[in-house]
This record gives sequence, C-alpha cells and structure tokens, in this order.
Amino acid sequence: MGIDLPLIWAIIISFGMMMYVIMDGFDLGIGILFPFVHDRHDRDTMVNTVAPVWDGNETWLALGGAALMAAFPLAYSVILSALYLPIVLMLGGLIWRGVAFEFRFKADEAHKPFWNKAFAWGSYIATLSQGIALGAFINGFEVTGGAYSGGALDWLSPFSLFTGLGLVVAYALLGSTWLVMKTDGALQVRMKELARPVTMAVLAMIAIVSLWTPLSHPAVAARWFSLPNIVFFAPVPILVLLATWAILRTLRQDSHAAPFLFALFLLFLGYSGLAISLWPNIIPPSISIWDAAAPPESMGFTLVGALFIIPFILAYTTWSYYVFRGKVRTGEGYH
Amino acid sequence: MFGLTALELARIQFGFTISFHIVFPAITIGLASYLAVLEGLWLWTKDTVYRDLYHFWSKIFAVNFAMGVVSGLVMAYQFGTNWSYFSAFAGSITGPLLTYEVLTAFFLEAGFLGVALFGWNKVGPGLHFFASIMVASGTLISAGWIVASNSWMHTPQGFEIVSGRVVPVDWLKVIFNPSYPYRLAHMVVAAYLATALFVGASGAWHLLKRRHTRATRTMMSMAMWMVLVVAPLQIAIGDALGLNTLKHQPAKIAAVEGHWESKPGESIPLILFGWPDMAAETTRYAVEIPYLGSLILTHDWNGRIPGLKEFAPEDRPNSTIVFWSFRIMVGLGMLMLLLGVWSLWLRSRQRLFGSKLFLRFVVMMGPSGLIAILTGWYTTEIGRQPWVVYGVMRTKDAVSNHSALALSVTLIVILVMYFAIFGTGISYMLKLVVKGPEEHGPEDAPDESDGQNRRPARPLSAVPESFNPGVG
Repeated sequence: MGIDLPLIWAIIISFGMMMYVIMDGFDLGIGILFPFVHDRHDRDTMVNTVAPVWDGNETWLALGGAALMAAFPLAYSVILSALYLPIVLMLGGLIWRGVAFEFRFKADEAHKPFWNKAFAWGSYIATLSQGIALGAFINGFEVTGGAYSGGALDWLSPFSLFTGLGLVVAYALLGSTWLVMKTDGALQVRMKELARPVTMAVLAMIAIVSLWTPLSHPAVAARWFSLPNIVFFAPVPILVLLATWAILRTLRQDSHAAPFLFALFLLFLGYSGLAISLWPNIIPPSISIWDAAAPPESMGFTLVGALFIIPFILAYTTWSYYVFRGKVRTGEGYH
Repeated sequence: MFGLTALELARIQFGFTISFHIVFPAITIGLASYLAVLEGLWLWTKDTVYRDLYHFWSKIFAVNFAMGVVSGLVMAYQFGTNWSYFSAFAGSITGPLLTYEVLTAFFLEAGFLGVALFGWNKVGPGLHFFASIMVASGTLISAGWIVASNSWMHTPQGFEIVSGRVVPVDWLKVIFNPSYPYRLAHMVVAAYLATALFVGASGAWHLLKRRHTRATRTMMSMAMWMVLVVAPLQIAIGDALGLNTLKHQPAKIAAVEGHWESKPGESIPLILFGWPDMAAETTRYAVEIPYLGSLILTHDWNGRIPGLKEFAPEDRPNSTIVFWSFRIMVGLGMLMLLLGVWSLWLRSRQRLFGSKLFLRFVVMMGPSGLIAILTGWYTTEIGRQPWVVYGVMRTKDAVSNHSALALSVTLIVILVMYFAIFGTGISYMLKLVVKGPEEHGPEDAPDESDGQNRRPARPLSAVPESFNPGVG
C-alpha cells in the first residue's frame, strides 16, 4: 500500500481535536471567567459572544470520538475505558453547561443564580476533566492482551491534576482574549487586566509540564534532548516565549484581535510540543498508531468521506463566524 | 448495587441513556420535516397561518434539538467507555459509520440550524427555506447512518474475522445488510408518526380549552391526515420487518410470541396474552387464537416457526420482556390506526374539531408514539440478546472490565442528572406547547429582535419566553 493510512488518520484526528480544543476552549473559558465578573449585563454579553457558535464547536468533540473509533478502534476502547470516570465527569459538565447556557436567559429571577452557577461549575468540571484526561494520557496506560488492565483510578496522579489545572488556565486565556476581541468598554478593560496574569500563568504551566514530562519519562527526554532533535525542536520553546511576549505587548496596545490570535498560536505550540513528545504512540507509552490501526478497508472507506466533506464543514463554520462577526454590546442581540 | 453484576449494570446504563436519548432525535426528525413543510406551504400559499405555526413549532424544536445534542454526545463515548471489547472488535465497522454520521449529518444540522432558527429576518426567504430543508435532510441522513450501524449488529454481513477482530470486506453489503431497509423505514416512519401524534395532541388540547383559532385547527387537521396515512403504512412496514426477523433472527420471533415448541402437523396459535416463564419453558395463562400466529408470522394458514426450545438455553432472549414490550407497541399501533380512521369519519361529517370524546382521545394518544418507539426498540434489542453482534459476539464478551462499584457510581450520577436536566427541558417544551401559537396578520410580522431575553443564542434561545424551569 502506497499511502500511510494510519499517519493520515493520526493527522486528521489531531486536527479535529485541535479544532475542538481551541474552539470549545474559548467558550469553556467564558464559563471559567464567570466568577471574576459580577455585573449581570456583562455576564449576558459574555455568553452572547459565543451563544451562536458553541454547539457547532462541540461537534468537533463528537467527530474526535467517532473518528478515533473508526481509525484506531484499539485506542478508542483502551483510552476511553481507562478514562471512564473523568469522561463521565466531562460529559456531565458539558451537559450542565450546555443547558445552562440557554436556560439562564429564560429562568425566573429566582432561578437565574442557579443556572449561572451551573454554567460556571459545568465549565470548570468539563475543563478539569479534559486536562486530567490529558495528563493521564501522557502518563500512559497499562495494557494487557489488547485491553486496559489498570485500575479505575489510575488516571489520578499529581501530574494529571496539574495538567487539569493547566488546561483551566489555558482556556481562561483563550476566553479572556476572545472577549477582548468581541467586547468593548468596561468589560474589555476588565478582560485586558485579567488576561495579563493568566498569560503568565499559562507560560508557567507550559514550563512546568515541559520539565516534568521529560524528567518522569526518559523516552520523552530522549526525544527532545538528543542530537539532532534538539536543534529541530528548539524553535518550539523559543516561539512559546515570543508568543507570550506578543500577547502581553498587544494587550497593552489598542489592538483587539491580536491577543486572541497569539493565544491561539501559543495553544497550538503547546499542542505541537505534546505531539513531539508522544509521537508515534496513540496509546502511550508503547502502542503506536500503526499497532492500533483499523484494517485498511475501514480507514480507506472513511478517508474518502473525510477528505471530501471536511472542507465543506470548514466552509460553513467560517460562514457562521462571519455572520456573527463584530463586537457584542450590552443588551444587543445579533439581529 | 442491588446485587446486580457489572454486565447488568453496564446494560442498564446503556439502556437508560439511549432510551432518554432516542425520544429527542425521534421528535427532531419529525419536527424538522414538519417545519420544512410548513415553510414550503407559507411560501407557496402566502397563508400566514403556516408562518405562525412555523414560528411556534421552531421554538419547541430548538429546545428538543439541544437535548438531543447533549444526550447524544454521551452515546458517542459510551461505546468506548463501557463496551470496549465490542469497540476493539467491531469498531472497524461501527466507527466509520458513526464518523460518516458526524461528517454528513451533525455538521450539516449545526451549520444550518442557526439560520433556520434566527435568520428569518436576516436572509432571503429562499435561503431560509433552503436552511430548513438542510436541517431536515441532516436529521434523515443521521438516521440513515445510525440505523445502518444498528442493523449490521442484527444482521451482520460483508466482513471477515481476522486475528480476533472484524475486517470489513464489502461496505455495500455492510451498509445494505438484510434488515437495513426495513429498520430504517420503520424508524423514520415511527418518528413521523410520533411527531404527528404529539402535534395533534397539542392542537386537540387547545381545542378542548376552546381556543378555536386557525392555527390550532390547522395543526390538528394536518396531524390527523398524517396519522391516517402513516399509521397503516407503519403497520405494513412492521409486518415486513417481522417476516425479515423470522428469516434472520428466528429466536427473537419465538420469544416475542412466547412460542416454545412446534408440534408436527399443528399450526401456530396467536397468544394474545400470557406470561412466558423462562425457567419452566412455557407460557403461562396463555389466551390463544388458533391459526392466527401462523397467518400473521408466515402469511400462511399452516405456516410454522421454530419454538424457543429449539435454541440452546444460553442462546434464548428473555421472552417475558419482549413478549410484553412487543404487545404494548402493537396495541398502541392499533389505537393509532383507530385514531386515523375515526378522524376521517369525523372529518367527513365536519365534526373533526367538535367531538370532545375524540379530542380527549387525541390528547391521551400524544405520548403514544414515543412509548411505541421505546417498546419497539426494547423488543428488537433485548430480542437480539444474548448477542451484541448477532451470532458473532456475545454481549458478555463486549463489556469493559469496570467494577460493579464504578458502574453503580456513574449510573447514580447519570440517573440523577438526566431526570433533573431532561425533566426540566421536557417540562419547558410542554409549557411552550401550552402557551400556544401566536397569530399575526400579514403586516404584523413576528419581531424576534428586541430585548435582553430575546437573544438569538443557538439553539435554545430561539425561545424568548421567560419562565421557571423548575429545577433548583
């Protein structure tokens, strides 16, 4: 077979998951920022900036799950059963937050605080669970005879709790810079103030994870610190520093979209760093994308559809963001 | 929990989450098409009653759609979390079909839903109608893929087993497996029927409250036409699916009929009621009609079907459950047929909106379509047991290695959450129904664009009304 189907699918799934992380990242970030904003009109404006797009954003998560099952059924079955409890928590968080998104506008005054809390708590729980799942994924899973053989709580470790916290901060960065772009007035000023310490926290989290991972996983250390890799991969940490500097600098200037775009770039770099560390394993520490691949009949059949349809999906998504472009102001809808 | 094994808890968890889920997509499929029809009639006739009905039902659609999305996300992950051996074994077939569903249906619905719900004053009528049709098509395409995946688990073909896992060899055979056309038709028509009954009951409820507006009469009348046509059609499709099941899954039919053994030279009676006893291998208290079983099941007066005793005890589905779930579905189907015929008779005497007895019957039948969908799915899924992929993989070999404790904890969390959230959502939908359609004259176009509560927040915020959802 001339084309490397597992490689192509690994790229498609990585792309889909990255789309999910950055797109649902900024709308989960808005829930994470809720406790720092008290004015009810400001809160409504915050929710309105993402209300028209959030459920489209979440469809990327459904694609990630389905495509993983299609292309790497072994990885789907092992990773999901190993991460059973964090995934149930994540889905629970997403459900509460998803309905709260909408119910908070219709609830009576007496019930509105309940749905505000459900929105914030749901966002925190979903993000924390995703971050914990990420940390557990980096740490790897115990596999015997093609099935997960570890315990129900193996995902819980200081490292995974730390990555959980890290993702909360990262989504807060996406959320705050998104709001800098989409709002103005006092809310925008507030978000500019919040975004600065959050940016520094994200940099600290990236630095700590970048040290912690190679220290506890010799294979990751070998990947980054051997020659000639260290030369090839050196741009990643350098660009991380540059992106952080650019976010902080543009936050001080009168630019609106720039901090968000640099925040997306920073997250992309973090994501790439993880990919470099783990490549080519889809079930760390030792099962590669080729070991876990579905039969070529499954990968090829699905690939035809994916390559044809994904460009259309990207086109609608762009169109939908275009329709709802521009600043959102207090008491203002999209009509 | 309650002495249940991990396998039983995993099955309860799946059954509970999918039962809650299926109700929403069924109504989504029906309402999406109904909305497209209403909008088409509005553009064609310029009769404002269709436009007003469109706005009324699109609010209810929005609430229902959101609940379908969040409850469906759980399903996409549950195959991996709870049924990891199934996913590792057959993910090479289930996975591609689900991926095609996400790519061709979910994104299509999400992409055009915003315009359909909030774009009435933003885009031209033609583009808006196109968006409504795209949403309706998305729901049908979605049903097409997911029913293909499910049908393959009932009548698998087009694959080989290589080193302990399924390898698809012919995708056309995988998708167009022998039971697929019947199951797809049965499900889509069930969705239309359930929606027609729900819409009809909403109209009848308002008519009983003496709200004789053009909108309430029109929705009631349209729904009754639909029931009249679709109820007999569904019975015919169900009969064809029954014959197909007899050919491919005879044990399921024997269990559904509570039929234990076929004696030489005797035809099969139809057991109307009884209590199939799995341990004693007999159906107790059976009320039988001679010959009718043969006639219905084989379309032959002396036809024969295998009895449950011809299958090894470990290969038998639970007859007690499927015997009754099937009878509930069929009984409701007969009532739906009666409803359709009765409506035609009243209509011919110009009394469709006048008979209180009939209107009460229509209101009572409101949830019957959804109950029939649930009991129908219980019949076919429990009837497939003990197999997850019929004749290929047993359910007990498909389940993940979770402890009963882990499953009990997650099950309790899911039970509490689902009842609280979806209970709230359903009560919210019913309150919208009770509010009734608002009627606007030709110059008085509905204004969706003012006030803090009137966000175009997709998808639920198509609903500007403020009321108390009753959780907290």
